[in-house]
Amino acid sequence: MNKVENNKAWFLVLPVFLLVAFSAIVPLMTVVNYSVQDIFDQNHAVFVGAEWYQEVLRDPRLHDSLLRQFMFSFAVLLIEIPLGIAVALMMPTKGKMASLSLILLAIPLLIPWNVVGTIWQIFGRADIGLFGWTLNSLGMDYNYASNTGDAWATVLLMDVWHWTSLVALLCYSGLRAIPEAFYQAARIDRASKWAVFRHIQLPRLKNVLVIGVLLRFMDSFMIYTEPFVLTGGGPGNSTTFLSQTLTKMAVGQFDLGPAAAFSLIYFLIVLLVSWLFFTTITHMDKE
Amino acid sequence: MNMSKQKIIGLSLYVLFILVPIYWLVNMSFKTNEEILGGLSLWPQNFTFDNYMVIFTDPSWYMGYFNSMYYVSLNVIITLTVALPAAYAFSRYKFLGDKHMFFWLLTNRMAPPAVFLLPFFQLYSSVGLFDTPIAVALAHCLFNVPLAVWILEGFMSGVPREIDETAYIDGYSFPRFFVRIFLPMIRSGIGVTAFFAFMFSWVELLLARTLTSVEAKPIAAVMTRTIGAAGIDWGVLAAAGVLTILPGLLVIWFVRNHVAKGFALGRV
Repeated sequence: MNKVENNKAWFLVLPVFLLVAFSAIVPLMTVVNYSVQDIFDQNHAVFVGAEWYQEVLRDPRLHDSLLRQFMFSFAVLLIEIPLGIAVALMMPTKGKMASLSLILLAIPLLIPWNVVGTIWQIFGRADIGLFGWTLNSLGMDYNYASNTGDAWATVLLMDVWHWTSLVALLCYSGLRAIPEAFYQAARIDRASKWAVFRHIQLPRLKNVLVIGVLLRFMDSFMIYTEPFVLTGGGPGNSTTFLSQTLTKMAVGQFDLGPAAAFSLIYFLIVLLVSWLFFTTITHMDKE
Repeated sequence: MNMSKQKIIGLSLYVLFILVPIYWLVNMSFKTNEEILGGLSLWPQNFTFDNYMVIFTDPSWYMGYFNSMYYVSLNVIITLTVALPAAYAFSRYKFLGDKHMFFWLLTNRMAPPAVFLLPFFQLYSSVGLFDTPIAVALAHCLFNVPLAVWILEGFMSGVPREIDETAYIDGYSFPRFFVRIFLPMIRSGIGVTAFFAFMFSWVELLLARTLTSVEAKPIAAVMTRTIGAAGIDWGVLAAAGVLTILPGLLVIWFVRNHVAKGFALGRV
């Protein structure tokens, strides 16, 4: 769309800028400050330059959890985005059934994250949980607490259960924003369902899909509570993702300097990957 | 219609997938702890309301719900008020630094929340807002406002410019055009934005817990209390979990018509 040059539009953006800057800039500066100092107590700190960064970058714990994290986020996107689009396309468009399916889909999103972990922790147990019990009575030896594969599958399933609705709701509202005239034109042309999806629905969903992909990437990359509640990151370290490694460092060992350096590196990785997603998707549009 | 039958089956399967763990939560909330830990039962053998009674009779429990609703509503109102004009500016105008600003906004959602805890605590204590719902509402704006701007901008860009121009030619002032014509056109976007702002603020635990101590303690923080020396009080936790779903259902009930309603071109 052609945009008009208008620097006065800044006044419309100013409240947002001030509000976000108030909460964002001071904390970020504090973290940068911590990351270059060795802190003994409130009044004693020594400037150490990039030392913490070097230490953290060499840390094998970071490498392991980073690799694990990328695998997890990749799997999450691969499952949740197509599934979310499919669910949105299956949802009824009018009447009571539309309301009902909207409400049912929203339920997992409304449960606080620690409770989501707790539900699945019980739900997956072989002795008292329906899910674990069912799998085991079907002859599978399922145990998320001792088997790495099962722990992974459970965390992934939990995430899909929890968050696919977010993608579906976004896409559903995006589909509703497509004017009826587009569909009428397609009917006149006798377009197939696939052609309608490929040439009308998918391009018009682009805006919400960018948000969906970015949100799911960022949030899955920061997953903390669910694997923590489920197995505390185990068995072994198999479901210890980046946030947990960071929290262990900051709270468990109270290494403020390295933890701050770690979080800035973490932040930069999310930033870089999100930016890559964003520019790739928006560039596809121009071609 | 073969196709729509497939749709119904597919959707039903997905809804079933969502509902089974929820059913397990509800099931647990009517059981005693002995029964929950004693073995598998598909429905409560000793049906009890005790878990719910704990929540309804203890002020620290029900005030938790009240506090959460207070700051969440405040957050949704602030978020929509500031995000709507900003999203309009981003979708319609070119201005100095617009693209950088747009992406920078979203970067605030990318920092690991654990990073912000200590600085936030210091920041809000120093301006005297610690342990107030306002502190949590403002802190949650950090991730809700950028998201709202992004979602709304997407929907606004879908509305052709010509509609704005026609309205001006017809003599509408900007505020009147914005409220009367423009907002109704993107109602599905506003509905879903309001719901997401509510949802992310409602389930967020880390910041809400850090910024409150006694007066404004949110429900998600009260829940962590059930993890005591004697282990987890599963029954009460399940009941509290069931009750956390209800306000959200109310919200989605109110916005559902907006989310489900599409727009027709040529209303102007």
